Amino acid sequence: MAKKKTIRTIPQKRAPMREQDAQRRAKNFEEVNCGYRLEDALHEAERCLDCPDAACIEGCPVSIDIPGFIQKIGAKDFRGAYDLITETNLLPAICGRVCPQESQCEGVCPVGDTLEPVAIGRLERWVGDLAIAERWSNIPYIEHNGFKVGIVGSGPAGMACAADMAKAGCDVTVYEAFHEPGGVLKYGIPDFRLPNEVIDAEVDNLRKLGIKFECNTLVGRLFTIEQMIDEMGYDAVFIGTGAGYPQLMGIPGDSLNGVLSANELLTRCNLMRAREFPNYDTPVPIARRVAVIGSGNTAMDALRVCLRLGAEKVHCIYRRTKAESPARAEELHHAEEEGIEFHWLTNPVEILDDGKGKVRAMRCIRMELGETDASGRRRPVPVAGSEFEFETEMVVFAIGTNANPIIGQTSKLKLNKQGYIEADANLATSMAGVFAGGDIVTGAATVIEAMGAGRKAARSMKTYLGLRDADVAGLTERKGSSGKLFGIDLGERNFARIRVA
Amino acid sequence: METSARLNFEIVAREDFSDVTYLLEIHHPLMARAARPGQFVIVMSHEHGERIPLTLADFDRVKGTITLVIQAVGKTTREMQQSCQVGTRLHGLVGPMGVPSHTSGASKVVCVGGGLGVAPIFPQARAFKENGAYVIGIVGFRTKELVFWEDKFRACCDEFIVCTNDGSAGIKGLITDGLELAMEKHPDIGEVVAIGPPIMMKACAEATRPHKIKTVVSTNPVMVDGTGMCGGCRVKVGGQVKFACVDGPDFDGHQVDFDDLMSRLRRFNQAEQAAMERWSESCRMKHPIGPGSPGPLSPDQAGEPLELPDPFEEARGG
Repeated sequence: MAKKKTIRTIPQKRAPMREQDAQRRAKNFEEVNCGYRLEDALHEAERCLDCPDAACIEGCPVSIDIPGFIQKIGAKDFRGAYDLITETNLLPAICGRVCPQESQCEGVCPVGDTLEPVAIGRLERWVGDLAIAERWSNIPYIEHNGFKVGIVGSGPAGMACAADMAKAGCDVTVYEAFHEPGGVLKYGIPDFRLPNEVIDAEVDNLRKLGIKFECNTLVGRLFTIEQMIDEMGYDAVFIGTGAGYPQLMGIPGDSLNGVLSANELLTRCNLMRAREFPNYDTPVPIARRVAVIGSGNTAMDALRVCLRLGAEKVHCIYRRTKAESPARAEELHHAEEEGIEFHWLTNPVEILDDGKGKVRAMRCIRMELGETDASGRRRPVPVAGSEFEFETEMVVFAIGTNANPIIGQTSKLKLNKQGYIEADANLATSMAGVFAGGDIVTGAATVIEAMGAGRKAARSMKTYLGLRDADVAGLTERKGSSGKLFGIDLGERNFARIRVA
Repeated sequence: METSARLNFEIVAREDFSDVTYLLEIHHPLMARAARPGQFVIVMSHEHGERIPLTLADFDRVKGTITLVIQAVGKTTREMQQSCQVGTRLHGLVGPMGVPSHTSGASKVVCVGGGLGVAPIFPQARAFKENGAYVIGIVGFRTKELVFWEDKFRACCDEFIVCTNDGSAGIKGLITDGLELAMEKHPDIGEVVAIGPPIMMKACAEATRPHKIKTVVSTNPVMVDGTGMCGGCRVKVGGQVKFACVDGPDFDGHQVDFDDLMSRLRRFNQAEQAAMERWSESCRMKHPIGPGSPGPLSPDQAGEPLELPDPFEEARGG
């Protein structure tokens, strides 16, 4: 047995992520982060202290056995690492890229108290990419139980829920309104952050579990949730339609041409591939000078997409400061490197017309930070008399989204005041057999939180359908003592499923 | 009800009303069953195509088909005019989208359709008739040769007025002349529904405003997804911002800011024109276009209201 690692004995420096050069990448849609090489992964795996009370597992919304998979990397059992991750997370190549690790697993990593925390996300991605390259997939033995489950929305919540229900033996169909599955991963997150091939590879893994994807299907309008239960024979339904309804500021001039939501910009560019116009038919809105309002991850994506589409100057306008910016630290850093100009403590009050219905400029006001508000951040307040004109030809709003209204309009599901679906602690809605999770319940959040919600809903659905849940059994085992008999969880009451993937 | 019979969006019938207007009937039993008057679909003709919104012109629950009437005015709709033949399939077809029109409650209604609005006003007229209303149909065309579906309209309208710009069929004049006639003759009109180019819907709303007749218009802005996600289709209604795809497409005609709507429809004019020219060029190289073939619209044509291929119905959205 190797000597116990301590903070002094581990490699002090994080293995750096190789990146495409900032100048070059600002002109292309190829991925910015090139990923770890084998030696980087081994170096970084060395840095994990394998804490007995792993804070990182608690910090992960889906409780991946993080020290476990990192030890497997260290032991060069890469397939073992993949198997361990996919016990709880089917989409490591995606989550390794888009999770806000600094506020989750890496944020609580004890190594981070003195050094930089272990780069958990990068290691997860490395394992995920390796699995795609090696065509690994974990298809468990599935005993069909005859239950039919419908999933509305093929985004991260829907995918995670679908995977769990399929593994439990249900006949799962995922409905998607767009012509391709993936939800926000496809239309929202740009290729330079999450390549479409990665999403397609992970969707293929789900197909291998027997999950059917039905695109071009707008649930609510083509058929309703009630019809799914009453007429189409679904025993349970999960709704993960997201919070896709973009907010506008409601300031004068926001219907001018040249003002659009980040959702529209990103959907045109990512899903519809307008960046390849005219080889693809969808036109892309772009201008010489662009201002993006907001400073979350969506804003960062919008800013960097505009740069790559050929805008000369791209500005980020945010009413608070960099410290309050909700974007992942890495995205902010990348955006700065690429030459995005940030204007903190600035807020637009009016968008000005060029006389032909297009944007000429914005009128902005300076802000300062006042009292702490409900979000725990200091509230920005306008500085009187500080208004100024800001030249721009395009304004992109990335200031958040509201609940998608279609399911609410077409079903009798109980909604809350903001239009989100009301769900209890187990994510059951007001309608028996119908569960909901992700942004449509909580409001806009992260990919991994949506996946966590999808898995939680799956647990409740299994209880509702009377299916024993291998996960719950597994979890108590892991926390408790002795575990397995011939590799089978003692919690298993029937031996139908031998391997839980 | 079963969806697993894979949706394949096969075109089962096609009819050409003129050299720019064509009808496609598409197999989609589920949608035929779900569709209501006033709703629209989004079509994607091929993998590299854009998503274009088109208002449903008809649906047949027995045959399991939906009908679209399309005017070839932009790159996508012209390309579809060539490629969408019976037996071929659309790459994508999603819907029915939008809040269905209210077709009950009024005892006497006028259904007005101009340009591409002629086809989608039909299911509304039929639904009003089925709900027991006295229905006056008014449709506008440039000239007699372009008139279509007269028999279908006559079958569901108690009165039917055709307006042509040159007087070669029905009355000579704009669609609003027909509307004025109807309002003179019937002082008890409870509702007017107008579908067509924004300029026509605006004219109809102005015509009914002094009479305080409820007027519903079907807006047709640029959109991408049709599910409330992009916000490209926002319309100002009574000073508030609404999304045509999920809050509409029907709105109170007296509240809609048509100037804003028209301005927003010009968003992608340049890109649209570039795509059009590039496409025409590539077609010319493959099969030379004779004098009878439709060429790109000249700008002055595009500015003309009512009778021509409606540049606004063709979504430049994506």
